[in-house]
Amino acid sequence: MPYVRAFVVGGLLCAIAQAAMDLTKANPAIIMVSAVSMGAILSGLGLYAPLVEFAGAGATIPLPGFGHTLVTGMLEDAAQWGIFGILTGGFKAVSAGLLSAVLFGYLMAVLFNPKG
Amino acid sequence: MTKANIREQEAYSVFLEDFRPKRATLRNIVVAFLVGGLICTIGQGVLTFILSKGIPLKQAYVLTSSVMVFAGALLTGLGVYDRIGSFGGMGAALPITGFANSVVSPAMEYKREGFVLGVGAKMFQVAGPVIVYATLTATIVSIIKLYVF
Repeated sequence: MPYVRAFVVGGLLCAIAQAAMDLTKANPAIIMVSAVSMGAILSGLGLYAPLVEFAGAGATIPLPGFGHTLVTGMLEDAAQWGIFGILTGGFKAVSAGLLSAVLFGYLMAVLFNPKG
Repeated sequence: MTKANIREQEAYSVFLEDFRPKRATLRNIVVAFLVGGLICTIGQGVLTFILSKGIPLKQAYVLTSSVMVFAGALLTGLGVYDRIGSFGGMGAALPITGFANSVVSPAMEYKREGFVLGVGAKMFQVAGPVIVYATLTATIVSIIKLYVF
């Protein structure tokens, strides 16, 4: 069942993004930016954490999960240190994702050449 | 061609006009659902595997993201992810593997312009805006949460 929930929720998030792109004819980058911001807003409204609870990777793997992780990290540190927590908590929470993107991204770009 | 004929043809092309894009959109949405769902299911598999090694939930989520970023970057390097992308649209772009793809693709493409101004500068051509707006939005949301609610 966790797999079905991950499939359905992850798929739905992607379907919504696709519908938004087809209907607005916007550039994919603009849709990605909107999606990640929407994740942060939904997280602030307290709606994204239950979605993660329900769908697991189906909610964390799509980009809105990145916005949610940022907000969660900021609020966690803010609970301890107030406003300064917002400065420290966000990137702490997403550091593994960012570092992986830089490290593996660079590695693959150096190792491989574009096809076609 | 008679007047009636022309009118009929116009009506038909209007009908097509109305029909074709919608069908294309519906197809895109269904494919995005299936491809995105599949990638997330694989992610769930990775998460389940990591959790089975006794790693706590929070760290397991973080590790899963890293594994998926690695997979997306590798598949982009191998030239496979671009094919998944052109087929799956947002289903391939929205998961974190697509984020990795958006890092590796331009970095690879601009390698001929050097490792600093090419790879280094172009890596975050698409991922950069995503990080910038995610950070700004998250900061505003967090400040509101902290002071208003």
